[in-house]
Amino acid sequence: MGGRESELVLLDENGIRCDGRKIDEPRKIMIRAGGLKNADGSAYIEFGDNKILVGVFGPRDVHPKHMSNTDTGILRVRYHMEPFSVTERKNPAPSRREIEISKVIKEALEPAVMLEKFPRTAVDVFIEVLQADGGTRCAALSAASVALADAGIPMRDMVAACAAGKVADTIILDVNNEEDQAGQADMPIGYMPNLKKITLLQLDGVLTPEEYKKCVETGINGCKIVYDLQKKALQEKYFGSGGDQ
Amino acid sequence: MMAGVIDELKKSQILELLAQGKRIDGRAFDETRELIIDTDAIPKANGSARVRLGDSEVVCGVKIQPDKPFPDMGDKGIFICTAELLPLSHPSVETGPPGPDVIELARVVDRGIRESHMIDLSQLVIAKDKSVVGVFADNVVVDYDGNLFDTCAYAATAAILSSKTPKWDLKDDVPTLVEGQEMDVPVTTIPVSVTMGKIGNHIIVDPNADEWDIMDARITITTDSDGNICALQKGGDEGFSLDELLKCGEISIKVGSQIREKLKQVKGGN
Repeated sequence: MGGRESELVLLDENGIRCDGRKIDEPRKIMIRAGGLKNADGSAYIEFGDNKILVGVFGPRDVHPKHMSNTDTGILRVRYHMEPFSVTERKNPAPSRREIEISKVIKEALEPAVMLEKFPRTAVDVFIEVLQADGGTRCAALSAASVALADAGIPMRDMVAACAAGKVADTIILDVNNEEDQAGQADMPIGYMPNLKKITLLQLDGVLTPEEYKKCVETGINGCKIVYDLQKKALQEKYFGSGGDQ
Repeated sequence: MMAGVIDELKKSQILELLAQGKRIDGRAFDETRELIIDTDAIPKANGSARVRLGDSEVVCGVKIQPDKPFPDMGDKGIFICTAELLPLSHPSVETGPPGPDVIELARVVDRGIRESHMIDLSQLVIAKDKSVVGVFADNVVVDYDGNLFDTCAYAATAAILSSKTPKWDLKDDVPTLVEGQEMDVPVTTIPVSVTMGKIGNHIIVDPNADEWDIMDARITITTDSDGNICALQKGGDEGFSLDELLKCGEISIKVGSQIREKLKQVKGGN
């Protein structure tokens, strides 16, 4: 593994990106349902060089008690990065960034989870980023939905996530770390493919109104690719590989 | 360690079996569970290992970076080993600052490696009293089935053995990376910790979660490649007799040398 070229070409004349992908091509994605023994549901995702493990517990008693709601269950999400997940060792204590990401992922999952079926309980989602390489929140959200389904928690739809962005004045799918650092815009999108609802949306960067439309559409297409892999991961665990179900 | 709930039936079953010289999972008293070591699990770290001991699983990543030396140790690099129980490892684990059990775990794992002088810290000096190399081994527990002391210790040891350290030179008092000068972390010995539980008069090696919950006392003994004992930690509410302690010492050397052969293969890999 040599060092990266100092002058990074984000998009060459043939429309090939710095890691060899086409503009509408996501990184290599592998999703596995299950894997942890003690968690009620779990999932592992490799999204490019991102490696993320998710464990789900619940519905279970709420601690502290005052957080419980007599009308509905509550969803709690913790997004956490390991000290060795990034280039410079990260302080293990939760940062403001991790707290914000925990919140947006929770709000992206909430519309999908039928929490009203479990009043006074909590569903806990623990996301552990073992290795980060740009786009962790989308990869984490996609894996969290699979882990919730693996835990047998009733859901209205899956939530699939993928980012779109703008690099060298072009709208691209699935922004990687280099593109995020050097690019012009990054827009993570979480999407419920059957209900056709966007549940996570953020944007860093400047887009024209036309680019904005294209970017959302591109991101949704990425979510659909992720959704197929989420279904495949669950099918593989519950029906064996190649199941017709 | 973990506030696990074990019903009375299981407890009496474990005790009954022990009286017949058997364990609940069929192992011999001095037999560890299967140890699976998977190195380079985290390519972005300088070294890493994903280790499974039975159903306990730990991921350890090693980060190596320039640091300021401790004031009284300007001629030595820095080694810090941590351990954290991730909330996805067990339903009873809560987020927030670590409790006494987890702090003890991290300190015992750190001490075993530190006191064995596994890493030759005198070779990790960039400029005496000014800048040294820091080696951080962070363990995260991903799945729990008892005996995290040994699972974390093996993960950290394997991760260190698989680590490559970059080289830095001091330029204008700033450590500057020298490209293409990676080398193995200087290792002098391979420490192996062996944790034993005491249940009644029985001593068992590598207790699983069920055994861990009911044992009266435990002891963790770390030995080095020469078969010397370099760190000890006793825990639990019961005491050990001198005879028991001597027996534990012998077991830790014998079992430790078997585990060491497995750890050596990490190095033998390339």
